[in-house]
Amino acid sequence: MTIPAEYMLILSAVLFFIGVFGFFTRRNLVSLLICTELMLNAVDINFAVFNAYCHPDRLEGYIFSLFGIGVAAAETAVAIAIIINVYRNVHSIHIKRLKNLKH
Amino acid sequence: MEQSIFILILPLLSFLVLALAGKKMPHKLAGTIGTLSLAATAILACATAAEYFAAGRNGAAQFTDIMPYNIAWLPLNDTLSIDMGILLSPISAMMLIVITVISLMVHIYSLGYMKGERGFQRYYAFLSLFTFSMLGLVVATNIFQMYIFWELVGVSSYLLIGFYYTKPAAIAASKKAFIVTRFADLFFLIGILIYGYYTGTFSFTPTETAIAAAGTVLPTALMLMFIGGAGKSAMFPLHIWLPDAMEGPTPVSALIHAATMVVAGVYLVARMFPLFVVHAPEVLHAIAYIGAFTALYAAVVACVQTDIKRVLAFSTISQIAFMMVALGVCTSTDPHEGGLGYMASMFHLFTHAMFKGLLFLGAGAIIHAVHSNEKNHMGGLRKYMPITHITFLIACLAIAGIPPFSGFFSKDEIITACYGFSTPMGLFMSGVAAMTAFYMFRLYYLIFWGKSHYAEQVELYKAGKIVEEPHKPHEAPAAMTIPLVFLAAVTCVAGFIPFGEFVSSNGEAYTIHLDSTIAINSTLLAIGGILLATVMYATGNSRITRVVNVVMHEPIKAAYHRFYLDEVWLFITKKVIFNCISRPIAWFDRNVVDASLDLMARAAQRLGTLVRPLQSGNIQTYCIYFLSGALAIMLVLLYIY
Repeated sequence: MTIPAEYMLILSAVLFFIGVFGFFTRRNLVSLLICTELMLNAVDINFAVFNAYCHPDRLEGYIFSLFGIGVAAAETAVAIAIIINVYRNVHSIHIKRLKNLKH
Repeated sequence: MEQSIFILILPLLSFLVLALAGKKMPHKLAGTIGTLSLAATAILACATAAEYFAAGRNGAAQFTDIMPYNIAWLPLNDTLSIDMGILLSPISAMMLIVITVISLMVHIYSLGYMKGERGFQRYYAFLSLFTFSMLGLVVATNIFQMYIFWELVGVSSYLLIGFYYTKPAAIAASKKAFIVTRFADLFFLIGILIYGYYTGTFSFTPTETAIAAAGTVLPTALMLMFIGGAGKSAMFPLHIWLPDAMEGPTPVSALIHAATMVVAGVYLVARMFPLFVVHAPEVLHAIAYIGAFTALYAAVVACVQTDIKRVLAFSTISQIAFMMVALGVCTSTDPHEGGLGYMASMFHLFTHAMFKGLLFLGAGAIIHAVHSNEKNHMGGLRKYMPITHITFLIACLAIAGIPPFSGFFSKDEIITACYGFSTPMGLFMSGVAAMTAFYMFRLYYLIFWGKSHYAEQVELYKAGKIVEEPHKPHEAPAAMTIPLVFLAAVTCVAGFIPFGEFVSSNGEAYTIHLDSTIAINSTLLAIGGILLATVMYATGNSRITRVVNVVMHEPIKAAYHRFYLDEVWLFITKKVIFNCISRPIAWFDRNVVDASLDLMARAAQRLGTLVRPLQSGNIQTYCIYFLSGALAIMLVLLYIY
């Protein structure tokens, strides 16, 4: 018995909107980063699901998922580095305090 | 005659130099620059005038107009253009001499009078500006150029009256002068436009066809132009600005408000004289009656003023009115047949400029010595200021019309012209001339005779009644007495200039001959006026004066307040014009014109307030908008497909 594709797509949509919700409501840089990861993972799941169900004989979707995971890891490393530097300068990672570049 | 352009350029240059770089200059340098450039201008002007009078006559032994320069400055259409240039004619040549000589004297005099004054350089810059504009006015080749310089003269007069800009009275006086003359100039401009529209030219001497084209509109245009002239020349009822203009420095009063600018109106009428006398004789006679009334009115007011500069101001109004009357009583362009007044008027303009300039400069020396304008602070000054005393006396004799001083000759010609017009006019003007003698000698005695105010103060000081030691009056410095002596000398001899040889209504030489009856009568009247003044004022406080003061208390009070004409004007402007015209207009402006614009502005502002929160700078908020937008598009696409 195969699991219907809809289930996985619902999972991925829920995961994505949890990320979106968190991204809009949280004010902590690390939380925002985690939310971005959630959204990226949702997208990766979508790639894998569509590859498995629509074109089982091909590999592009899986490769794109792996590629996405790699990019996410690199992005996370960079973001963490920025956050650490922000913390060193501002002594806070609360988003409201980061206004120096705005004006 | 090519050098004539420098007569205009030099004062303009000196104005520019003094106005732009004056602040960094020491006082002496600024004064020297102004005076030297004016001296050069005066020499040039006299040379030009001499050259013109030597070579100006044509075949018919008449002086003709010469235009060394004339360029179309602003072409309006194919035929009508505003020109700029230089016109030499007998009267403009005469005015060149008058303006530059008086202006030079005032420049020299001011070196002493304004010494150490704040804004000394500014003062000289304005003097140069005024001289430039006035010279431009008299050499104007057409009525529009004249109008342009006319306004420039007005603005430099405004600047100089308000020279002491920290004094509220001076500011008020300068504003009053500007507004009143500007109001009159409005009519002048309308007159010029009507004239230009109907005749198709701004020239002083339009062709016969142009005049025929204008037809019956011409007298109206000339009358409107005269109103402009009446404003500048302080004719009743537009004279109210001139007495107040005395708030300016005294040399300025001598230059602008006695000798040159105020005769611009007379000059205007003289310029347009051929048109007036042939095509609008009724307007010319109206001018004569207005002038006659002004002469009397100003003479009466001058008899009771206590501020010496105001007395001189009213005497100026009265004398200018004499010139206007002389022009007004002309009936033809032939000097032998009713055109005598033209020559008489110009002659009086010339002599009056000299002796009135002298009177004002003398008054300046007196004010300089006693630090007051009021007659009560003077008296007995002849011992302290001998040169001022003698020169002032000469000027008084001249203005009173005592031979052999210049005023006698010119005034005599005016009165002869008046008799030629009608006997009542002649008698009337003779009477006013006698009043002139009276009020001038009243002034003279009050200043130089009677009990010395200084001596009184010294006695009081010695008795311990006043704390401050009185300031002893002293003779003015040389820079001030030299112009006085020069002008006095001119006043003594100017009457013997054969003026009619140079200036007459048709350009032909006219030999001045004195009518012995009129000459003797007017001299006797003048002596009568002087005697009356001697009896009343020579000893200070005579019994007759006291009696007169009691008997004539009400008329004297009314005359002292200038017959409440200023109040009448204030009533008209403040109550009538403000309430009936200005206020409704202001209401309309505020509630309709401004309000509609305000409405637009406010609507835009509201809208702005409404959409401002959209741009918060908060990226998360933007993301929400972005997401909602993306979702909305997606839903729309789903719905469509």
